[in-house]
Amino acid sequence: MDFLILHDGWLPILSILMILPLAGAFLLFVIPGENFQKYWALGVTILTAAVSLPLYYSFDPTTHNYQFGEHHSWIPALNVNYTLGIDGISLLLVLMTTLLMPLCVLCSWRYITTKVRAFMFCLLLIESTMLGVFMALDFVFFYIVWEATLIPMFFLIGVWGGERKIYASIKFFLYTLAGSVLMLVAIIALYFNTDPHTFSIPLLMGQGYSSIFQKWVFVAFFLAFAIKVPMFPFHTWLPAAHVQAPTAGSVILASVLLKMGTYGFLRFCLPITPAASVTFTPYILWLSVAGILYGGFTALAQSDMKKLIAYSSVGHMGFITLGIFVLNPNGMEGALLQMINHGITTGALFLCVGIIYERTHTRELALNAGVGMYMPVYVTFLAFFSLSSLAFPGTNSFIGEFMILAGGFAKSKLIATCAIPGAILAAAYMLRMLQKVIWGGTENPIHTGLSDLNTREIVTLAPLLLLVFWIGLAPKPFINVMHASVAHLLEQVIGMQTGIAPMANVLLP
Amino acid sequence: MLFIPELSLLIGSLILFGVSLGEGKEKWAHIVVLTLSVVTSLLCLATLGQKGTLFFEAYQIDLFSQLFKLAIAVGMMVVVIIGSQLKGVSVKVKPEYYLFMVLSTLGLMMLVSCVELLSLFVALELSSYALYLMVPMRDDQGGLKIQMEAAIKYVLFGVVATGTMLYGMSYIYGLTGTTYMSGIVPKMHDLAGNPTAMLAIALFMSGFFYKLAVFPFHFWVPDVYQGASNATTAFIASVPKLGAAAILIRITTLVAPDAGESVVMLLMVCAVCSMFYGNLSALVQTDVKRLLGFSGISHAGFVLLGLVTLDTVGFATSMYYISGYLFMNLACFLVICKVSRNGENVSVDDLSGLYSRAPLLALTLLVGMMALAGIPPFVGFMGKFMLLTGALKAGHLTLVILAALNTAIAIYYYLSVVRVAFTKAPEGRPDVPVDALTRVVSIALIVIIIVMGVVPKPILALATSAVKSIL
Repeated sequence: MDFLILHDGWLPILSILMILPLAGAFLLFVIPGENFQKYWALGVTILTAAVSLPLYYSFDPTTHNYQFGEHHSWIPALNVNYTLGIDGISLLLVLMTTLLMPLCVLCSWRYITTKVRAFMFCLLLIESTMLGVFMALDFVFFYIVWEATLIPMFFLIGVWGGERKIYASIKFFLYTLAGSVLMLVAIIALYFNTDPHTFSIPLLMGQGYSSIFQKWVFVAFFLAFAIKVPMFPFHTWLPAAHVQAPTAGSVILASVLLKMGTYGFLRFCLPITPAASVTFTPYILWLSVAGILYGGFTALAQSDMKKLIAYSSVGHMGFITLGIFVLNPNGMEGALLQMINHGITTGALFLCVGIIYERTHTRELALNAGVGMYMPVYVTFLAFFSLSSLAFPGTNSFIGEFMILAGGFAKSKLIATCAIPGAILAAAYMLRMLQKVIWGGTENPIHTGLSDLNTREIVTLAPLLLLVFWIGLAPKPFINVMHASVAHLLEQVIGMQTGIAPMANVLLP
Repeated sequence: MLFIPELSLLIGSLILFGVSLGEGKEKWAHIVVLTLSVVTSLLCLATLGQKGTLFFEAYQIDLFSQLFKLAIAVGMMVVVIIGSQLKGVSVKVKPEYYLFMVLSTLGLMMLVSCVELLSLFVALELSSYALYLMVPMRDDQGGLKIQMEAAIKYVLFGVVATGTMLYGMSYIYGLTGTTYMSGIVPKMHDLAGNPTAMLAIALFMSGFFYKLAVFPFHFWVPDVYQGASNATTAFIASVPKLGAAAILIRITTLVAPDAGESVVMLLMVCAVCSMFYGNLSALVQTDVKRLLGFSGISHAGFVLLGLVTLDTVGFATSMYYISGYLFMNLACFLVICKVSRNGENVSVDDLSGLYSRAPLLALTLLVGMMALAGIPPFVGFMGKFMLLTGALKAGHLTLVILAALNTAIAIYYYLSVVRVAFTKAPEGRPDVPVDALTRVVSIALIVIIIVMGVVPKPILALATSAVKSIL
């Protein structure tokens, strides 16, 4: 148990983080009145966010061990435990999840008019399970929360979604579930191939399994995570789900659920099956490049704003998987930072689309053309988030993509060069959208009745804008917490000691 | 003292017989049977720790049998409550209907205690014949006499399976010269690998494959589920399967721990066929009961996964799974019984908008279906997880992968039922009234399904010590 630094405070903070939303969700059933329920959900998510903040300040960035650990026996017969802990890889993801959830409640304030109680219940439930995914250090518990995220998401899309919600929710559920079924077999196989039998994730790392066994386990894991990410060619569920989901659902899906896939690569594939990871690296890199280009070109052709952003996600996630599998510190830290960036920026873009949809009841670019004249504050936000999405210098994504590409060039010039057009495509489709929405052409639809953002919407978007520039101008506090964990991870994968100072330190003293 | 739960059922059935003689006593029948099932459940609980033998050692009371008796009694109680109005069963035959239900339960309770082949056979037939009679006790739905068709199929297939089983028993007697399990076990171990012995075991098992609805003895399932009234199907689909699983575990102990390569192979083939046949057929069903019937076939396959391991933990996991299945299945049937207004069959579309028509029922359906599908944190997931773990431990990787694939297939049809209940508009379908007792049972079932899934430790420990008591 030397990998786990047990939490010595008087309260198990990680369990509390998971239980708060869960308890809040069940208490919703005794709270009368839709308005009061909304305030309750907001209060619970804000409280959870507030409780999670101390994690950052008490986090020790010098160790790669799992911190704030908790360990309790659960099913002794099978050596299943309830083990929680976070390291530099999961810390920021946990914080991002807790900080995004109040915004998800806020953006649903007007958007959700039916079954408010049930909607807020689903939101709180999914928060609890998502936090569980990022904190779990035991495979059985991990699998349970991993699958449990599907049920609330299925309802978020299926009940409060758009016209084709049923098709989209079923597709989402079946795709992601079918992917993870074989992961369960892989988990059990790992259990029996380890002596003593264990489901503890850190104990399964670096076990030196035979190469053929590693390959099979890797493939089973890869299928589950690649569908979740989603990597090209497993991405087809994503546009459908995004377009049909309500705004809060899209934000959760883009910002957190997709990250569970890339988190899975970092947490499981690389350290547990290092040899297989190295073997499969070239294929995954090329799949990533394919995703970057495919996502970019498809986004360029979209006329629906949500679809455009959904396909841009495919491209951005391609950059992240590229960064992970170049297997060097720059790429990996860039990928980790980009996971956060994508969560912030794409989440914000989906919020923006939701805001305009509430007003014009359409997401068609042509029908939303030229709203800049009537909604100056709105388009200012939209412009900054779009710039962030295309990795404009000074915004958060620039740092992330730069580090990924720096890592990419160190690995293979050919692959990095092939990925570059992705960045240009991003500029093309984002600027095209901006141009249409802000100015449009000579035949803009009439928008005279449009009102600009209200306080609630500004409060929803402002924190994200702050983060865009914070990470863009001073990424150090975010990157610092990753060093030890990423270095340890790379050591596990290729056994190399990372003496080289990561690029970010040189670039931004 | 040892025989008290069975005795209470016996007395209860006599009272019901008395009630059935008079006219206009239908109300009494329900009160009697409800009280009886509660009392029997409590008695089972009280006698949980008892040990001993009765009737010239043909009847054994141990933790294993008492646990199953408890589950059977609780299952019957839930069926009585959820089918309280007995929609679809003519008022005139209600006392008789309950009489047969009690007799069938009595037969099953005796079955799990029998350790001698002839008494085992008698107990099995007692439970089966009562069930054969319950199936046609349904109002004619649309003049098609589907209840008669169902009953005939049930009887014919049942008789064939029984015949096969008797044939197997005769081989066992011929090989070992005794009908007592305690005498058979050591002799069977001496006969390890003997083809005749293996054939005898396989034939013997087939009678219980029929009850549990394992391929290739599953043919009765869809039509009987569809043809019998909702409450009857709820009973057939859950309670007898407990008895069947109990005896299958007992039979498998005949070949455990070493001698069973061919029996294991047989069980594996049956398990895989059941899973694929059940799940693939369920995909296209529109009648919810039929769908649950096919899903039951695939779940029977999963129960066999625990048996192929031939070890204590595997048997205990099977016990855990079948008891979990009882509750998941009853949760689904509770919804069917309530949604059906006059006892007609419920199609998937009839569940449209259930969320707004009866939120609690919709939640019960969600929990039941998701648990059957094996989604965490419900008992279905934990059971499947442990069955797969056990099977992989025994080295059956192919079997585990095929079973895992089946879970993925099965999600689709469970999910489409849930989808209809939550996302479709009611389209003018009326609200579903739910009485207080049903509410209590719904909530209790939901809680049991979740708690069993999250805290499997105590139940597994109990099941393990139960299995140890019969080995």
